[in-house]
Amino acid sequence: MKAFLPIAGMVALALFASLFGLWTDWWVVIFAAEFTLLVVALEALERRLPFRLHTPYQRMLAWLFPLLLLASWQWLATSGIINPRWFPPPSRIAEALWQLIVNYDRFNETSLIGRPWLIPSRLAESGWAGVQALFAESHVWATLSRMLVGFVIGSVPGIVIGMIMGLNRTVRAMLDSTMSAIYVLPKIAIFPLLMLVFADPFGEGPKITVVAISAFFLVALSTMAGVQGIDPVLIQAGKNFGANRWQMFRHVILPASLPIVFSGLRLALGTSLVVIVAVEFVRSQSGVGYLVYYNWQVLSPAKMYAALLVIMALGVGLTAALQFIERRAMPWRR
Amino acid sequence: MAEKVIARSARKVYPSMAGDVPAIVDFDLSIEEGEFVCLVGPSGCGKSTFLRILAGLDDLSGGEARIVPGTDPKRPLNNVVFQEYAIFPWKTVLENVAFGLEMRGVPRAERLEIASSWLAKVGLKRFASYYPSQISGGMKQRVSIARALANDPEVLLMDEPLGALDAQTRAVLQEELLRLWEESHKTVLYVTHSIDEAVLLGDRVVLMTAHPGTKKSEFVVDLPRPRDLSTTSTARYAELTGAIWDDLRDEVRAAMEAQR
Repeated sequence: MKAFLPIAGMVALALFASLFGLWTDWWVVIFAAEFTLLVVALEALERRLPFRLHTPYQRMLAWLFPLLLLASWQWLATSGIINPRWFPPPSRIAEALWQLIVNYDRFNETSLIGRPWLIPSRLAESGWAGVQALFAESHVWATLSRMLVGFVIGSVPGIVIGMIMGLNRTVRAMLDSTMSAIYVLPKIAIFPLLMLVFADPFGEGPKITVVAISAFFLVALSTMAGVQGIDPVLIQAGKNFGANRWQMFRHVILPASLPIVFSGLRLALGTSLVVIVAVEFVRSQSGVGYLVYYNWQVLSPAKMYAALLVIMALGVGLTAALQFIERRAMPWRR
Repeated sequence: MAEKVIARSARKVYPSMAGDVPAIVDFDLSIEEGEFVCLVGPSGCGKSTFLRILAGLDDLSGGEARIVPGTDPKRPLNNVVFQEYAIFPWKTVLENVAFGLEMRGVPRAERLEIASSWLAKVGLKRFASYYPSQISGGMKQRVSIARALANDPEVLLMDEPLGALDAQTRAVLQEELLRLWEESHKTVLYVTHSIDEAVLLGDRVVLMTAHPGTKKSEFVVDLPRPRDLSTTSTARYAELTGAIWDDLRDEVRAAMEAQR
C-alpha cells in the first residue's frame, strides 16, 4: 500500500490544480511536487520487486524520465502554459526535423544529411560525382568533415609533442608555461586572426585550423601529464629487463600513457564540436551550427531545436565511436 | 665457490638543500655464488637503495659495489623482483614473463615456451592469457618472480617482494620461493623488514644500521635444507630470530627516534 499513497497524491494534486486553474502560474512548483511524489512512489515500487529485476528497473527509469519530460513539454506547449513560439512542442520539433531531412534548400543548395536515399539513382545517372554532390550539400557532412579533419590535424602533433614534453625535462621546462597560457585562451577568439591569414576568410581553412589548434593544446598537455604520471617502478622494471630506448617507448611508455591520451582525445573531441558549432554561427553558409543560426535569423524555432538535436546526436555518436576505438586499443582495461 | 657480489666501502649520498645527505656509508658485503643472503634493517636504512645500486638503477657515490660477470656474456647480470607489482598491466601474464627474453631478442616461439614452463613452475599455467588486473596480488608477485627467473640472471635481487601481501599469501609464497630456489640454487640478495622471513629463507642474514646505513653484523643461518614452513617451529630457528632481534632492536629504536 506504500506505493499507492504517493500515486494517489499525484492524482489528487493534478486534479486540484486543474480544478482551480493553478497550472498557468504555478506549473513549475506543481511539477516539482509531482516529481517528488513520483520518486517516492518509484522507490516503494522497487522495494516490492524481486532482487533480480532491480537492474532492468533502473534501466527503465533511465528511459522513463526523458519520456515524461517530453510528454510534459508537449502538454505544456500545446496548452499554451509555456510559450509555444519559443518552446515548440516535441511534436512540432519532430516534424521540423523531418522537413530538414527530406527537403532540399534550393537557395543554399543544402539539405540536412544529404538525402542518402538518392545515392542509388545518382550513381546510376552520373556515377561517383553525383554522389559527391550529395555529400557537398549535407550540413551534417560539412560539420563532421571540418571537425574530424581539424581534430586529427591537431591531435596527432599533440600526442607527439606531449610525449616529448613528458619525457624530456628541458623541453618541458621551456614549453609548459607558454602552452598552458595559450591553452587558456578561448580558441574562438583566434578565429578572426585566422581569417586574415588564410586566402579565403570564409573558406574551410580557418574553420579547420581553429579546431586543430583547440585539439592540439588539449591533447598535448594531457599527453604530457599522462607520460609524467607513469609509475616509476614500471620504468625501472623496463630498464632492468634490458629494454633499449625504442623498446622502452614501444613496450612501456606508449601503452602506459594510452589511458590518459584517450581521455585527452575524448575531451578534445567534445571541444572540437563546441568550437566548430560556434565558428559556424559566425562565419559559415553550411553546417549544423549555421543551421541553428540561420533558423534564428528566419525565426523558425522548431527547426533550431531540430538542429540542436542533430548536434546532440553527433556528439553522442562520436563519443561512442571513440569509446569503441578505446576498447580495442586497450584490451587490458576491463 | 666464487664471489658473485662484491661491495667494499660502498658510499651513497643524496644532494639536498642542506648539503649532502649520506644514505649508505662504508658498506661491505660479499656474496658467494649460489648463496641466499638476506639484508635486514630498519626503515630508511638504505637497504633498498643498495639493492637498486647493484641493479644499476642508481649510482654509487664512492667505493665499489658490483656483480661479478660469469662465463656467458649474453646472460644478464641481474634481475629485480620489486615490492610493488611491477608487471606491465597492458601485457598478458605470459607476455610479462617473456618480457626479459623479448628484450634480449629471443625468437617468439622459444620465449613463449620458456615463459610457459616458468608459469607452470609457479602454478599459474591456467592464467597465461589473463591480464594483471584480473589476478590477485599474490598471483601478480608470482608473475613478477617468474619473469625474473625466466630471464636467467646471474644474480636475483629481491626488494621486499612479499611486503605488500597479506600474511597467509606471504607464507605460501615463502614456501614456493624455497622450493624454486632448491631447483636452481641461484645467487640471491633478498631485502626484507622481517627477521622471521630472513632466517627462514636465507643462508646468511646481514644486518644494516639505521640511517645512514652500514653493516652492523652478520648471522650464519645453519638450519638444514631443504626447508619449509615447519622450520619456523624448531628451537634453532627461535634462537636465531631471537639473537638477531636483540641485535637489531637498538637500531630500530634509533630509526624511530630519528623520525620524530
